[in-house]
Amino acid sequence: MTNFTPLPALIGGVLIGLAAVLLLYLNGRVAGVSGIMAGVMRMSGAERWWRFAFVAGLVLGGGLYLALGGNPEITIEAASAYIIPAGLLVGFGTRLGNGCTSGHGVCGVARLSVRSLIATAAFMATAMITVFIVRHVIGG
Amino acid sequence: MPQIFAALASGILFGLGLGVSRMIDPSKVQGFLDVAGAWDATLLVVMVSALAVYAVGYRLVMRRPKPILGDVFHVPTRRDVDARLVLGSAIFGIGWGLAGFCPGPALTALVLGRTEVLLFIVAMLVGAALHDVLIEGGKA
Repeated sequence: MTNFTPLPALIGGVLIGLAAVLLLYLNGRVAGVSGIMAGVMRMSGAERWWRFAFVAGLVLGGGLYLALGGNPEITIEAASAYIIPAGLLVGFGTRLGNGCTSGHGVCGVARLSVRSLIATAAFMATAMITVFIVRHVIGG
Repeated sequence: MPQIFAALASGILFGLGLGVSRMIDPSKVQGFLDVAGAWDATLLVVMVSALAVYAVGYRLVMRRPKPILGDVFHVPTRRDVDARLVLGSAIFGIGWGLAGFCPGPALTALVLGRTEVLLFIVAMLVGAALHDVLIEGGKA
């Protein structure tokens, strides 16, 4: 069972917000991870390389967290049979819907974009229903 | 080249924030999505604090004529809500709920060396590529 951890959440959230502001301030780009990740595959030249650097930065940021004494333990509750379908749905859905939790959920909602508000409501709703089914209906 | 380093720095800060806030742990994410169980508000705090920082930062940055390292701001301008947006987001949410991973945290969690994370990411890339081939006919 997980517990509410408000202080690390606040600090981490501020860091995420600052990272997104930095990318906008310096490069004029929106920090939407799904779009950036897809761009690594779709784009070429400089358009590809800044996106690749951002994605590499995410992994390095995870490494920095560990180096600073972060907890390397995570709990993956999903049955192994769910992992690949889940990844396919996330990859396909974020492309079709033009964004994920970062691009729509944080950057888009922050500027009160109607598209992002609706996208966020949609993915929150289906994610909550999915967890309800997995944890309380199937999981029992 | 400076744009690549800027994107790297933003990515590192973003990944650090995802680590500190524990959003790299899918059980924390599913704890938030599980509104019928022992609800964990951590993700809400992360999102609201990131949103608040970006909402202020966005307004300050967008007063400038252009970004520091670029010629224009690449900010979404679409306002139309279409079926793709809603359907794509809904599909993304199912995958997000199933695994507890969305793109940013999954990429950051790669550093933990878990097989499930790697599988999820490969599936996510395949899902995104499938969209581009099936829906866009492979065009960028």
